[in-house]
Amino acid sequence: MSTREMTMVEALRDGLRLAMRGDPAVFLIGEDLGVPGGFGGGFTVTLGLADEFGHSRVMDTPISEIAILGAAVGAALVGMRPVAEMQYGDFVFCGMDQVVNQAAKMHYMSNGQVSVPLVLRLPVGASARGAQHSQSTEAWFMHTPGLKVVCPSNPYDAKGLLLSAIRDNNPVVFLEHKLLYGGKGGRKESSSAARVTGVPEEDYEIPLGTVAVKREGTDLTLLANMLMLHRAMEAADELARRGIRADVIDLRCLVPLDMETLTASAKKTGHVLIVEEDNLTGGWGAEVAARLSEAAFFHLDAPITRLAAPDTPTPTAPALEREYVPSVERVVETAVRLLAG
Amino acid sequence: MRKLAGIPLETAREMYRRMVLIRRFEDHLYALFLQGTVPGTLHQYQGQEAVAVGVCTALLPDDVIFSTHRPVGHFLARGSSPRGIAAEILGKASGCAGGKGGQMHLTDVSVGAMPSNAIVGANIPIATGAALGFQLRGQDRVAVSFFGDGASNTGAFHEGLNLAAVKAAPVVFVCENNQYGASTPISSMLRITDIADRAAAYGIPGRVADGMDVLAVYQAALEAVERARQGDGPTLLECKTYRYAGHSRGDPGGYRTREEVQRWRERDPIPLMRTWLIKERGLAEKEADSIERTCQSDVEEAVEFARNSPEPAAEETYRHVFAEGQ
Repeated sequence: MSTREMTMVEALRDGLRLAMRGDPAVFLIGEDLGVPGGFGGGFTVTLGLADEFGHSRVMDTPISEIAILGAAVGAALVGMRPVAEMQYGDFVFCGMDQVVNQAAKMHYMSNGQVSVPLVLRLPVGASARGAQHSQSTEAWFMHTPGLKVVCPSNPYDAKGLLLSAIRDNNPVVFLEHKLLYGGKGGRKESSSAARVTGVPEEDYEIPLGTVAVKREGTDLTLLANMLMLHRAMEAADELARRGIRADVIDLRCLVPLDMETLTASAKKTGHVLIVEEDNLTGGWGAEVAARLSEAAFFHLDAPITRLAAPDTPTPTAPALEREYVPSVERVVETAVRLLAG
Repeated sequence: MRKLAGIPLETAREMYRRMVLIRRFEDHLYALFLQGTVPGTLHQYQGQEAVAVGVCTALLPDDVIFSTHRPVGHFLARGSSPRGIAAEILGKASGCAGGKGGQMHLTDVSVGAMPSNAIVGANIPIATGAALGFQLRGQDRVAVSFFGDGASNTGAFHEGLNLAAVKAAPVVFVCENNQYGASTPISSMLRITDIADRAAAYGIPGRVADGMDVLAVYQAALEAVERARQGDGPTLLECKTYRYAGHSRGDPGGYRTREEVQRWRERDPIPLMRTWLIKERGLAEKEADSIERTCQSDVEEAVEFARNSPEPAAEETYRHVFAEGQ
């Protein structure tokens, strides 16, 4: 396999291109995706794709989230594989009925007569834009049976998971953290984590329902996704300097969730710290903590602990956002306290 | 009644049969409901039969329909089996959706009837998407969205019609204006008389049809379907009609007068069509009676089948949450 250094934006674009070349049923629908001279979607992911696939398959829509999501559901019902984009993940709430009442339930309500193979791409995460452009929304979708939830942390995973998601026969909510895009040009995030990795140019799939063990240790299990995975990894470096060896697991897919790997790690280390950017109450970490307490309680030496965004809307000012989003330092402090008992 | 000189007698007779079948089915279900054997709720279609039958007769087998919380008429008009519908409403394993759908969520893909939708207005953008799928694939198919007058005040209506219009999607929007959104008269929720006028806002044709006259609906639907199929885009077709029953179970209709209901009943679509068939097309009275008797026995047989069907097994609860494979 030949690999190329790619940002997450490039990896996602590459995945979309391969999916569209391979299957005429795949098309993109959303705002500002293919307008000549435009943005290429909210974060340039679809830039240039209209040149290859035309403006029918890179379908620009009015600012109509209900229509984007509803049309994606309808097209999926008749055999298409739409990839719908919300310019910001927060805007999905304008059309939430189409996700929760329609996409998620059609297969079930019809007793399997129809399926809804669509991908819903949502840029998420805090990036100094304030409460209506910054939410981490994974728990909203985790709670709804019938939706798969994917949240990659790096370009390699993003491409492989996106290809799997597009070919899956279910609605897949695909979250992309804005600070991980590493986008080039005018819409690059100044505070971007800008992770560039080697990504195969070929078509490959990473199965949904998998987590990735990023680092192995014996003392502590750190569970994180998207941007928080990078903070957990940095924290694990610092903890190692202090003699604490951590398992770090990337929950790159929340539904289905590989509880087996998480449980094995929890039993091995006896200490679990969950790091998440969504709000504490009812976040994905709450569900993982509950399941782990049932599966590994007698192997735990301390309460499962969550480090999450507080139960406030996402503030805008950089100084406030720094307080809101869990930092590397706070991960280290919380881990040390957890291990001290 | 419109004089559709060209319509074959066989087609007209079948339209009559389907309208009668819907009426008998709904009346029988209501009787069962009063006996307490129908779980949950009922949203009935009596009075509106001409709309479902007129529109569905204008479609081809590969076309698809998107129905509402009041789906029985659309499904029977499309040719779905009364057995599967009755069993679904009674919560049986032999129902068209195995009991997972119920009265408001019928599905029968064998006749192009997509999952009916109990969220008012939601099927408008969905039908648009199906039409866009046909368009992208270069298929010669049309999608129909049925919805009520109330749905025309949702955001989904605006977003769906506008998207369909700008993309010239092959879809027909059929607004069944039965005068009430649940108990609320639509006249108090709109400052215009004809919902079809809203089409102008999207740059598409808006048509009003007499929803009690199945031939008028059929003719208007034929034009709209043809326009969609030729790639000229969507039409908003408003059919003025009336539901005789309450909005749902246990609604005695105290918000409307007996005189008003009577006025509409005088233009009942079924006797209107019967008279037309006999007077204009020479159908024998005996044959019309025979159609009605057959419909009645079909309904009774379907309900008997449903009552005798087993309930779904408990483990069915867990099936079909996710589709398998790629």
